[in-house]
Amino acid sequence: MLEPLQQPFMQRALAEVVLVGVAGGALGCWVVHYGFAYAAESLAHSLFPGLVVAAIAGVPLLLGAAPAALLAALAIALAASVARVGRGAAVAVVVTTMFGLGVLLALSPRSPPGIDSLLFGDVFGVGDGDLLAAALLVLLVGVALRLLHARLLAVGFDRGAARALGVSSTFAEIALLALLAVATVVAVQGLGNLLVVAVFVAPAAAARQLSDRMVPQLGIAAALAALAALAGLYLSYYAGTAGGASVALALVAAYLLALPLGALRRRRSEIAPPEARIA
Amino acid sequence: MSGDPLIEASGLAAGYDGSAAIRGVDFTLGAGQTLALLGPNGGGKTTLLRALLGQLPPLEGYLRVGMACSLVPQTERSRLDYPVSALDVAAMGTIPRLPWWRGPGRRERAGAQRALDRVGLGALASETYGELSGGQRQRTLIARALVQDAGLLLLDEPFSGLDRASAEALEALIGELAGEGRGVVLATHDLEQARTCDLVLCINRAQVAFGPPAEVLADLGVLEATYGGAIVEIPGGGGRAILPPHHHDH
Repeated sequence: MLEPLQQPFMQRALAEVVLVGVAGGALGCWVVHYGFAYAAESLAHSLFPGLVVAAIAGVPLLLGAAPAALLAALAIALAASVARVGRGAAVAVVVTTMFGLGVLLALSPRSPPGIDSLLFGDVFGVGDGDLLAAALLVLLVGVALRLLHARLLAVGFDRGAARALGVSSTFAEIALLALLAVATVVAVQGLGNLLVVAVFVAPAAAARQLSDRMVPQLGIAAALAALAALAGLYLSYYAGTAGGASVALALVAAYLLALPLGALRRRRSEIAPPEARIA
Repeated sequence: MSGDPLIEASGLAAGYDGSAAIRGVDFTLGAGQTLALLGPNGGGKTTLLRALLGQLPPLEGYLRVGMACSLVPQTERSRLDYPVSALDVAAMGTIPRLPWWRGPGRRERAGAQRALDRVGLGALASETYGELSGGQRQRTLIARALVQDAGLLLLDEPFSGLDRASAEALEALIGELAGEGRGVVLATHDLEQARTCDLVLCINRAQVAFGPPAEVLADLGVLEATYGGAIVEIPGGGGRAILPPHHHDH
């Protein structure tokens, strides 16, 4: 059990997935409750050309991912403002364009070998800079979610009523999307472009099955994401499977395990509905 | 009614992007009075509520709201699958007086609990909001408004979807809140609910009538102008009914 921990590359990978799991799991609860799961997936795919350019230029992936995220967000906002183009269609057009551009660059003769790690992640190749970025991400997400909690809760509950309480729903949504963009840029190193969305969506969906309160859901999602990511890495180590994909599958498995527990919990609460308890 | 009125509107027009959705609104509401806001969907009830909340500045005329006012929205607009308790929802009412980086703490939650006690839901404070009945959800939203120390409550269709017993409990609560000196404005489709209020304001893109229900609602012409002529006599002397409009409010 402790054997993998003696390998330095494994120590780094474990630290990376636990940090990204904690931040992504907690942030994912808000992403899921705000209906931003599609946005999370789209954002990750839109980063692809930036990652490829960074790989070709031999600079840290973060330097390519950040401008690509910004460009995608601007393009989506522009496309959505064109008359008769819905937000869903605008996102689909921009994401396909960005991803296609990334594939075009990736398949060019100048592209270095190992470009597939951008798609599927290279969790065993994380460096000190990546670990520092992941630690800062946990700090940023923790502080931001703590400060914004009450307002995010009010907007997610009822946007119109939140406005009457003096809370801007636009501000809450932009803050959440900005955090999501930062988290995606950081997490994409380990989990890859195609798999990173699993860390935001699966633990949060599992936590929804296990609790009816936001704060416990945040804790459960963060813990589940970290544990599942650890399990995925162990699977990868012993079974020789791909790291990012093993982590993504373990995250989804956590959700599948939570489903029957959620059904059981709901059945127990139906036996004693609130009206019965008031008397 | 004593002292200055809580609401004074005169020749008021309000709307969106400079175009009026309602115009010619003249009415006053005093402390302890209840006002039914009657009108069809799309007739401007929500626009008037938003103007009273200060979200839409008057395009014409004069509007003075002399008290902190709070909206009690339709329960259908809030999410039932959302992970909050009745206490969490009531405590949201403290947000306007907290700095942006702070959420409701122990003191604010104690205030929210008192508001839930006040509306008769103290024992259900820790229940999930979405698992409460329609009437209990409506009372939770009223508790959230009470937490805001609102002297004026604006209730948007509070009786929609409630069974008779829940509606009567809510009616009694509204009566008590008015008895404490609060002003209550309730937007409704229901003529019977409107009759229980002190005053009625009929609007359909513009003001149709304002006054005590005994005067305003006795005039069939007023009701036809308010609801676009969709008034029917129920056969066998069953009274009058309004055919429900089919388009949706925005």
